[in-house]
Order: sequence, then structure tokens, then C-alpha cells
Amino acid sequence: MTRLAKSEAASFALSRRGFLVAAAGTGVAFSFLTACETGDPNAPAYEPIQWYAIDANGIVTVNIIRAEMGQHVGTSLARILADELEAKWEDVRINHVDSDPKWGLMVTGGSWSVWQTYPLYSKAGAAGRAALIEAGAKELGVDAATCSASNGEVVSGDKKISYKDLVRRGALSKTFTDDEVKDLPVKPVDQRKLIGKPVTSLDVVAKTSGTAKYGIDAKVEGMVYGYPIIPPTRNGGQVNYVIDGPAKDIKGYIQTVVLQDKSNTVPGWAVVIADSWWAAKKAADAVTLEYQPTDTMDVSEKQIQDHSRKLINDASKGVVLATGNTNTAPVFRAAKATLEAEYTTATALHFAMEPVNALALEKDGKWEIHTGNQWQSLVLPWLAAALEVPDTDIVMKTYMLGGGFGRRLNGDYAVAAALAAKAVGKPVKMVLSRESDSKFDSVRSPSVQKMRMAFDKDNNVIGMEQHVACGWPTEVMAPFFMPPGEDNKPFDPFAINGANHWYTVGAHKVRAVSNDLANKTFRPGWLRSVGPGFTNWALESFMDEAAHKLNADPVQFRLNLLRAEGANAGTAPNSVGGASRQANVVKLAAEKAGWGQPLPAGTGLGLATSFGQERDMPTWVACVARVNVDRGTGRVKVEKLTLVADAGTVVDPDGALAQMQGASLWGLSLALHEGTEFEKGNVKALNLGAYTPLRINDTPELDITFVDSSEAPVGLGEPATTVVGPAIGNAIFNAVGARLRHIPITAAAVKAAIR
Amino acid sequence: MTSFTLNGKKVTSEAEPDTPLLWVIRDEIGLTGTKFGCGIAMCGACTVHLNGKAQRSCITPVSAVEGAEVTTIEGLDPKGEHPVQKAWQELQVPQCGYCQSGQIMQAAAVLKDNPDITDADIDAQMSGNLCRCMTYTRIRAAVRQAATAMKGG
Repeated sequence: MTRLAKSEAASFALSRRGFLVAAAGTGVAFSFLTACETGDPNAPAYEPIQWYAIDANGIVTVNIIRAEMGQHVGTSLARILADELEAKWEDVRINHVDSDPKWGLMVTGGSWSVWQTYPLYSKAGAAGRAALIEAGAKELGVDAATCSASNGEVVSGDKKISYKDLVRRGALSKTFTDDEVKDLPVKPVDQRKLIGKPVTSLDVVAKTSGTAKYGIDAKVEGMVYGYPIIPPTRNGGQVNYVIDGPAKDIKGYIQTVVLQDKSNTVPGWAVVIADSWWAAKKAADAVTLEYQPTDTMDVSEKQIQDHSRKLINDASKGVVLATGNTNTAPVFRAAKATLEAEYTTATALHFAMEPVNALALEKDGKWEIHTGNQWQSLVLPWLAAALEVPDTDIVMKTYMLGGGFGRRLNGDYAVAAALAAKAVGKPVKMVLSRESDSKFDSVRSPSVQKMRMAFDKDNNVIGMEQHVACGWPTEVMAPFFMPPGEDNKPFDPFAINGANHWYTVGAHKVRAVSNDLANKTFRPGWLRSVGPGFTNWALESFMDEAAHKLNADPVQFRLNLLRAEGANAGTAPNSVGGASRQANVVKLAAEKAGWGQPLPAGTGLGLATSFGQERDMPTWVACVARVNVDRGTGRVKVEKLTLVADAGTVVDPDGALAQMQGASLWGLSLALHEGTEFEKGNVKALNLGAYTPLRINDTPELDITFVDSSEAPVGLGEPATTVVGPAIGNAIFNAVGARLRHIPITAAAVKAAIR
Repeated sequence: MTSFTLNGKKVTSEAEPDTPLLWVIRDEIGLTGTKFGCGIAMCGACTVHLNGKAQRSCITPVSAVEGAEVTTIEGLDPKGEHPVQKAWQELQVPQCGYCQSGQIMQAAAVLKDNPDITDADIDAQMSGNLCRCMTYTRIRAAVRQAATAMKGG
């Protein structure tokens, strides 16, 4: 640490000098001002860089390009910037911006927001602080070297001037590009004032008073309501004819529009237009549509899963990831013993509380799309193709999201609203019913995984394979986002991440297989925790199976394999410490949960661990589940979840805890409560009753701890999701000896597996 | 035409009698704090108070509230400082926030009828309100805190 501090100090001096040279002359025009002048209260705001501005009242408005969907992202990101800027937190506001090319890639997902934004916003804040100190020194008539910034003021000895007054005097003009700030030094950890400290999120009052505005709350003068009729299958839809005679008796019904979609985003859609949503819904019930048959109209869950099995067994299919020595065949041939198992997961819905919706309108040749969305940069080209206008003529207006969970990464719903508005020549507000939202969901694909492990005569692990087949969201929607594997073949990281783990297992083959029948039947979605949501289910359950096969303690078995060596040693800045940090959270979680202590009959502890979403950004997590199993019915009661996370620097402690709470309960919900299946080309469960996410009465006690760390901050929105399912599965095994290999885990499956 | 009292004010709706109260409140009157979630009274996002009792507005035809007193999240407290709202803010319950109007309205109604609420009561009486962000552990704590505050503790 000492050496690091020295090199930081050196680079600070250097770049500071460079900065002073660059800034020379900018303050000259205002040098006649004296420190007692108060300046112009209507002076224009100072915008040192496009990410924030300070106005003449000293209010710092931070521009946020990430979607707010429950993670209080604006608060976290503004804290990072305000800390470096030495702004007064009470003066900080957040501004969720509309789409604009100047913001660059607009996407909110992958638990990336803090990790990606931290370097830029801390440096943007530092640049502003330097400019404010420089201007403040001039105004105070002192040497800048005697000045520091704190709490929204520049201070030199007993003299000081506020940021507000500097703006009012027009004393600030230096501006920066992202490139110009990227080498600026940031404050040492011990000088942080906001990062890591408790804060009340800036959006909480609006979210408890009914004033927060979500996409579904958008309205404009003269709009009509749209209620879509979803075709029987996601792809290939074509309407033969529409009979809307009976709908004409519904008061408020206007017309039914069959969408003409050149972007092929919503094929076979019709939208019923009326002067109220209820009238549109009633009219839709009275409209009859006749469709062309499609080639996926009879596809079932079993067909999709059987297809995955066939693809896994065809060695010519799939992409092998570059995980070092992938040549497992000779290792398995020479092995003293091997273990093999198949793991599966069922189709899962996003079921965000706010059904997808959008308000679209054209004004003076420009299109406005009012909707909550996680990936504006992805949907804009689809909208442009559908509307046949350049994407520069379309702006996405930003709203809060009544749940994202990955559903709103795919903005397909916005295309339907836009086409309906184009067809009727009026603003159209389209809101899907819950049932339509489910039918039109970009579900988490069902998956099949084949796990294999090889052991030598001393029971050492010498080889491992994980073959994962499922629908590939990124292949279907964003193929440009797919990295190459071995042989340069592209693969979907969001359908395989997690399998490329940090255990040292000798030869290691990780193979991702795209299920073309799944990709054709539905539009596979990114669902909270994406690939690791199912790869870690298989991996961590299988690690337990391996430990039990060797009569080893599952915790000790993992610790033996989590060695910070070779490819698992970790690299700066994101994975410093490598596998040793994962071993650390495993040890801590086991200790906290009382691993090894006697338990009542039918009760068991199970452990699982994860490195989060991707190797480049590891969030080290371990979970111990304590479950009680009723041997008679197979019913599983989760009594407690103990989680330990090492996420590096924690920017917003309460927000981080909230993400861990929500993510871990998502994991529980997916493991025991959620899941549906394809039947006749679409999902079977369309609303509550059939689809049954976790409710308060099944919520266990949570014990969540963060490892104290000043390493690079990483993501927290998803990692805890991936450990809970396998921890529960392993706990069930320890409680009653039943090994479950499919989620959701049903009471019937547990009962059948009890020996 | 249906006349009723909404947040203490007389209102008249021109909507068809079978229109759910939810859409009258949101789209005709323009108070959007009450949310649409499932449309079948199983998620609780649309919860309002009808004559002081928690009611799912998505399945309540507007004709059924003729002459009744309806309260939405906007009218729960003039300053938005009902003890339940305060507890929700202090414990930072909301994540996405979409279900929270309904959660707060449910909790406020439940606590009015049952000031000495037990943990088992909370689980039983809040289980009709789905929270997809799964803020359940904080909802439990906030209901307990609000109960204490409402009893003057």
C-alpha cells in the first residue's frame, strides 16, 4: 500500500502541473472581480464535463444514463462523483437523461453500472474539483497550492469561497472530455467522505408517496390507448384476417390495426385502439383474428430440452471456451474414477410488476418513445427500421422501471407502440395486460447441462467438463456482443458465464451450445443473473456431489480447489487475490452458519459459492441455506440464508445490502417457487395463480455480511441470485439424502428422490 | 356516471359502469400512484382504501363505489408522512417502488384494524401483496416500526 500511495502522489503532481498549464488564461477575463462581489444569481451553470453541472445556486446535477429499476443507481453513481468533487451531498440532484448519441452506449444490466461508471465519475469529479480550486484560488487571491476543497467550498487558511459563488461570478470555464480526465488521480481511500457511508437514496420519498413516474404513468394530450393482441407464437406471425364487427358495439372503440413491421420485431401483432384502456381491452376480447400457422406452434418444453440433449451429444455443435487446457478426453480416459450428472432448469418468466408498455408519438417529424427501458442503444435501431426513419429522429424519454430484471433490456414492446402510433397518426399509449406480458416475455430459456468430473487414484480432481445448452439471448438480439471462443467461434457469454469458474480442476472444458429450436420458438431473454443463474445451479450442486462421492466435507473440498494460482491467481484491478477471495467467503459463510454443528432430524445446511457474473468482474459470494424437509410430503422450508459477499469497495452500504437481499430471494424464488413450461409454442403460466413467485410468508431470515475491502467496486444486482438454488439443493441432500437436479424443486420431486 | 369521494374530494366519473376503479383513478382522474399489476386481485399493486378497508381496485367496478369514500396513496396523509410511509422511508424499503403504494395502503389498513400486529399476522395479512424486488424482510421490519409509532411508541 505504501508504494501505491507514493506512485499516486507522483502522478498527482505531474498531471496537476499539466492541468495548470492547460487551464492558464481561462480565468483572465474575470480577474477584475474581487472576493467580496457576490456575482450574478442568474449566471449560467458550469458544466465541466457532460456528466454534471453546478448551477448558480450551487446545485450539482449529475446526469445518469443508467435506468432506475430499484437499485437506486442514481444515488450510487452521484455519490461517486460528489465525493471526488467535494460537493455538499444536500446540493446533489440526479437527472435520468433521455437517449442521445452523446452519452455513448446506454445499457443497464450485467450488474455493471457501478463497476463501469466508477472510474469515469470519480475522475470527472476530480477534474471539476481541480478546476474549482484553481478558480477559487484566483478569486481569493492566493496560491492554488494553499487551497483545498471541502463541502462545496474552496478553502485557503481562513479564506473560503463557495462553489455557488464561483459559478455566480462566472469564474469557471475549463471543460473536459472523457479522454482528458482518464489519467487524473483520485483521492486516497482514507479521504473518502461519501463512498461507503450511509445515505438515504434520493428516490425513496417519491416511491413512498405515489409520485414516482414509471413508463405506465406517461401521458400526452390527444393520446389514444392501445391493447395488443399477441399472436400464438413469438416468431413468424402473420394475420390472415380480422373480424372486429362485435367490437364496434364497445363504447370508445376506434379501430384495430394490424402492425406492418419492417424490423420483424413484432410479427403478427394487432393493436386494438380505443379512447380508454378498458374499452380497448373489452374490444380486444370481441375481435377475432385468424393467423397463418407457424412452424413452432406445437413446440413443447420437452421438445426443447430433448433438442438440447441431442445437441450436447453432437460433438460438432457448440463453442468451447478458452479456459486453458481444454483437452479433457485423455484425462477422462486415464481417470481412476469419474462422475457424471445432468442438470436442468425450467423456463422462467421475468414477471416484472409493471407490465411492459410504451407511449409513442411523432412531433414535427421527430419520434418520442416514452417508456422504461434498460438498453436504449439496442432498441433504437429496431425502432428506426420499423418506423423507416433514421435513429437520430427518435428519442427515448426516460422513466423509472417497475422492475427490470433484464426484461427491459429487450425493448421490443416499444416497437409495437411506435408502429401503432404511426398507423393511427396519433399518440398511442400501449399497455400490455399481465397475460400478454407473460406471453410476450423474453423468458429465461430452459437449459440442459451435462457435468463430468475425473479423479486420479488419490481422489484428486484432474479434469472437468460442463456442457450447457439453451436458447441464446445475445445471439438472437445482439450478436455483435458475442466474444469468440476457441476456434474463433462466437458464443453467448450470458448463456455460459459461471461455468468458467475459479476452481483448479486440471483439464477443463466449458462448452456452450445454442439451442436453435429454443431460439426459433421464443426470444430468449436475459433474466437477472443470466448464465450463472443456471450454470451455477449445476456447478455448485455437482461440486457437492463430487465431495460426497469422495466422502469429503463439501466446504473443505471447495477450499482445496480454490487456489489462487495460475489462471486463478487474479489480476489487478478487478480480481486481485483471485480464488483466495472466493475461498475466504466460503470459509466465512460456513463459520457464520455454524457449519458442522449438529442439527435436528430433517434439517440440513447446504453451501454454494459463486464469483458473480463474469471472470472480468468477480463478486465473490457464498451462501449457506438451512432447510427443513418434510419427509412425508417432500415440502421444503427454507429457514435461513447466510450470505457473505466480497464486492470490493461498497459505494452505498444500504443499497448494496438491498441488492443482496433482493437477489438472494430471487434465487430462492427461482429454486422453489417459479417456473413454467412451453406448451403449444408459448408459455403455459400467464398470471398469478399459475405462476407463483415468492411471497412474504415464505421469506426466510437473511444474514448478509460484506467483506471489508478497498479493492475495485464490482456489481451486486445479480451475484447472490446464483448461489441460493444450489445451496438449497445441497441442504436438501444433507437433510434427507435426496439429490435434486432440476429447478424449480417441487415437493413431489423431493419426495420421489428421498431414498 | 358514478359519484364518490376520492381523497376527501367529491368526484364524478363518466366511465362505463364496469370500468375498474383502478383505471378511473389513473386515467380519468389522473392519480397514477395506484398501480396496475395483474388485473386479477392477486398482486396488490392496485390497493386503495374503500370506506377505510383495503380493496383491490383492479377488480372493483367503478359503479360499486357510488357514494363511497376512496383513498389512494396520494391521499393517505396530506404531507405523505403517515407513520407507514415514514417507516418505509426510514428503512428504505422500496427498490423499484412499483408495488409499494399497494404495500403501504395494505399495511396502513391492516394496522388500523390490528394495532398489536404479530409477525405471524404480518406474514398472513401482507402475503397478498407481491413484491418482485423481494423487499419482504424490510416490509416486515417497517410494518413493525409503523405499528410502534402508531401506538405512540
